[in-house]
Amino acid sequence: MRRQTVSLLQAAAAARRAAPLLILPFLLASCASEGGGGVQSTKMATIKARGKLICGVDGSLPGFSFVGPDGSYSGLDVDVCKAMAAALFGDPGKVEYRNLNSSERFAALASGEVDLLSRNTTMTLSRDAAGGNGLSFAPPTFYDGQGVMVPNASGIKTLKDLAGKPICVESGTTTELNLADRMRERSIPYTPLKFQTGDQTYAAYLQGRCVAVTSDRSQLAGKRSSFPSPDAHTLLPDVMSKEPLTPATVNADPVWADAVRWTVNTLFQAEELGISKANIAAKVAEARANANQADLRRFLGVEGEFGKQLGLPADFVPKIIGAVGNYGEIFDRNVGPGSRLKLDRGVNKQWKEGGLIYSPPFR
Amino acid sequence: MGVTRSSLPRSVLGAGAPVPWWRNRRVIPWLVQGAVGLTVLVLVAFLLSNLIRNLTAAGLLLSWGWLSQPAGFDIAETILPFQASDPYWRGLLAGLVNTLRVVVTGLLGATLLGTLLGMASFSGNVLLRNLTRVYVEVVRNIPLLLQLVFWYFVVFLSLPNGTAAIQLPGVVLAKSGLYIAGFAEGLRWMGPHLVNGVWQAPLRWSVEFGALLTGLIAYSSAFIAEVVRGGIAAVPKGQWEAASSLGLSWIQTLRQVVLPQALRVIVPGLNTQYISLAKNSSLAVAVGFSDLYSVAETTLNQTGRAVEVVLVLLGTYLALDLFISLLMNGLNRLVQIRER
Amino acid sequence: MNPLLRRLRHDLFATPADGLITLALLGVIGAGASSFLRWAFSQARWAVIQANSTLFAVGRYPIDQQWRLWLLTALLAAATGITWGMLRSHPRPDRGGTLWPRNDRIAVGLLVALSLLLPWMLGLSPSVQLRWLAITAVLVLLRWLAGRFGPLLPGPFKRLLPLGLPLLYLIGMVLIGGGLGLASVSPSEWGGLLLTLLQSSFAILLCFPLGVLLALGRRSELPLLRWGSVLYIEFIRGAPLITLLFLGQNMLGFLLPGGLAPERVWRAAWVLTLFAAAYLAEAVRSGLAAVPRGQLEAARSLGMSMPQAFASVVLPQAMRVALPSMVGQFISLLQDTTLLSLIGLMELLGTARTVMANPAFLGRNAEVYFTLAVLFWCCCAALGLGSRALERRLDPAAIARSG
Repeated sequence: MRRQTVSLLQAAAAARRAAPLLILPFLLASCASEGGGGVQSTKMATIKARGKLICGVDGSLPGFSFVGPDGSYSGLDVDVCKAMAAALFGDPGKVEYRNLNSSERFAALASGEVDLLSRNTTMTLSRDAAGGNGLSFAPPTFYDGQGVMVPNASGIKTLKDLAGKPICVESGTTTELNLADRMRERSIPYTPLKFQTGDQTYAAYLQGRCVAVTSDRSQLAGKRSSFPSPDAHTLLPDVMSKEPLTPATVNADPVWADAVRWTVNTLFQAEELGISKANIAAKVAEARANANQADLRRFLGVEGEFGKQLGLPADFVPKIIGAVGNYGEIFDRNVGPGSRLKLDRGVNKQWKEGGLIYSPPFR
Repeated sequence: MGVTRSSLPRSVLGAGAPVPWWRNRRVIPWLVQGAVGLTVLVLVAFLLSNLIRNLTAAGLLLSWGWLSQPAGFDIAETILPFQASDPYWRGLLAGLVNTLRVVVTGLLGATLLGTLLGMASFSGNVLLRNLTRVYVEVVRNIPLLLQLVFWYFVVFLSLPNGTAAIQLPGVVLAKSGLYIAGFAEGLRWMGPHLVNGVWQAPLRWSVEFGALLTGLIAYSSAFIAEVVRGGIAAVPKGQWEAASSLGLSWIQTLRQVVLPQALRVIVPGLNTQYISLAKNSSLAVAVGFSDLYSVAETTLNQTGRAVEVVLVLLGTYLALDLFISLLMNGLNRLVQIRER
Repeated sequence: MNPLLRRLRHDLFATPADGLITLALLGVIGAGASSFLRWAFSQARWAVIQANSTLFAVGRYPIDQQWRLWLLTALLAAATGITWGMLRSHPRPDRGGTLWPRNDRIAVGLLVALSLLLPWMLGLSPSVQLRWLAITAVLVLLRWLAGRFGPLLPGPFKRLLPLGLPLLYLIGMVLIGGGLGLASVSPSEWGGLLLTLLQSSFAILLCFPLGVLLALGRRSELPLLRWGSVLYIEFIRGAPLITLLFLGQNMLGFLLPGGLAPERVWRAAWVLTLFAAAYLAEAVRSGLAAVPRGQLEAARSLGMSMPQAFASVVLPQAMRVALPSMVGQFISLLQDTTLLSLIGLMELLGTARTVMANPAFLGRNAEVYFTLAVLFWCCCAALGLGSRALERRLDPAAIARSG
């Protein structure tokens, strides 16, 4: 088996060389538009020409991405899309959301249908590797683990109690694979009931078709908060896996991947520096006035050329924070105390407080 | 209608003059074919070159090695034993066996129900006749997918569970499935029984399978009923009259005189319906039954191999359809009247 | 004996077995009807339909742009009224010579009743109820005007009138999608019934010429055309629609250069079109087979060119024969749009899924599915009825009778 990885730039160059040989004029046209200089990636050029970012989300997951009654999207995953749009256009509204189910998300990203996948996707080796799904991952925006939810009435306390019982799971997820692995390790026989979408999975669980449903713990908590009687369901203490939920782009465009990576880091760094949506204007003014605060001046784009290096506007940081706030604000608003999910920050605290949220230095 | 509109007979006017090559009867067809063929060829070459370029860029060039990698996921209800450590090809095969299971059972059920309904539409009983019509008109005009999710989420998932399940001697119908008594290992007769709150029995149909089968049978039988009705209607009225004047009852007439003749018309129609049933079985994915399509979709997701998976799917369904067509053609030859 | 009783006895209780069947059926009908009524009036909570009626109708279409859809509905009602009136503008002796035959009176009565009842049952606001009433009034008024004064219109104008329909379709597309000064509404925001109808009408309109070409290709004497058509038709008919949709969604991006792949709503529409064309081709082929060879030869001997002979002699006859099975294909096409929900599009069934995921309406599956079933049934049955009416109109014997 021979797998060859060619970067998009090489492919584009090859296509340009081959173009005169081909007959169809519109092929020529499409190849000609692939040229680009400096840090401008083909993907970013496409997005800027289009005037909006196309973001792949789940769309039915409270806390992460869901549609309100007025048709607007909100959630932690959605805020990452908004931050990216703010960085590119200065306007968090310039996003078009695509609802993707777990089975179609990677094909949608690989074929260029969506620019950015912000859909509670677990970073794994095979998804990252060029010989696997070939994705490029930003830093995780939510560290999660796979859990199991059962109705209190079932009397199930541990994974062992699930022996021989039907378990609902969304197909095409890491969850499905982890479930198989954990149950195999413990030699617990079970019946997996697989559904294409989360909606169907939870509908079957609520109708009593399965005695347990398994997914990321945050997702289970989010779904439980929307049940008619949330207190009638418990999350088992077992954590079956590590699930770092991470925004992803395609491997083939490192420039675009970097822009996404540092947009996410911006959210982390801003929280660490105590910069929030409320004080961003004041902080910018402070940085402008005080030439000695080099770190702050660089971070906010008052001096240096971070923006240019990434192919983003110089003031991309103030635009992002002004639009969606820092990571802490996003967390609280969507899944933390300010939301119906009321999740604890847990390992998603800043590194200085013993958590895993850590931005490499902006310099 | 345009039949009366006529134009000057140009061919008469032009007779005798030498025909230029572009109006030559023998050249034009080849020109047309050449143009169409070239267009198709260029289009296919264009698409293929894109495919290869894009796949190379994504590092996903056609390869089949992944088929022998362990799948890593489980499948709930398989005839062919399958576990997570088995390779992908075995998972796909288990999916195919599940598809065949639905298709074969569905074909039998739909044929039986459809034939009964088709016959009932000739009954002397007005109520029965009209009820048959109503059934056919209702079922045919509602999308199959809607019917499937209705059967599954509304009907089957409202069944009682555990000890409250519907229990008949040797048979139990619960939310998790239909359990039928049978011989367990060692030729020991065993009825449905509860183990640890879960029903167990030698024979088991899950509700996913049940909902899919019910939906497919209900939908296809309405179409088959129409085929059977058309076939019976094609038998001359005189045949009925002759048979009943011989003293045959209605059911005897139908079975011994009319149906054998109607089969000639019915069998080709059935072929179409059987093929649609086979293809419609791929909607299993909507009710959580692991058929070939459902396993293929999971496989695509875990491997990212879109092209290979689509090729496997298309090839298998084409082969399945071809097989059904061959069978039905054989049957067709059998039922044709061998005159003289 | 009373003739009615005798008739009942003959129809329902002719033999003891018949009597048993009748009693059993009556029992089943009674039990079914009573439990259905009990469910519909006491157990079902119809609020899920009332609260989400806009979502079911147009999906996430922006609220401030919805006037465009109202305008489109009014235009469609006007077009229907005019077409209907023009068709009836020549009173025919077999209909008693009246402008308002019995069927038309029934249809108008039904329309008015529906426009009064439905918006009220859905709990729409009075202004919206009034809007529906106004649209119905436009339809009926234009039907009357066109029927009454249609024959007085100058001939060329009458001949140009049918061209209004394709024009209306284009206007509709602009109204829905934007352009020409209207704000653009991206296809990902179309949903519900709007998307279902758009997808099916697009596919029906486009698969028609494609299907006819394929059917002609399959009957062609040129081997390349014939085999090409056969290959295409059999390939498409051999594959389940869902695998083709899957192919369209997952592989089209690989088959076309970056950025050239259409939006996924359009992608699905094209897959539906190409799929339906293969089936339509088979229907048209059976129609072509029914036209005697002599017809073509006669037309040719009158000096018509090959395309002319096909267009004005063979195809019209073939179409009439193929009409029932073509409409059958259109009906299944309309039903097949539900499969788009499996690839994540928000047509009626997809909308239903998101509605049922809403915590406020959890478990209200039966109400939603029942409503969708009624909706689809009405659309499909109407198509079937229309086709049968058209069939009767095109029947040469009937045309000959009416002169």
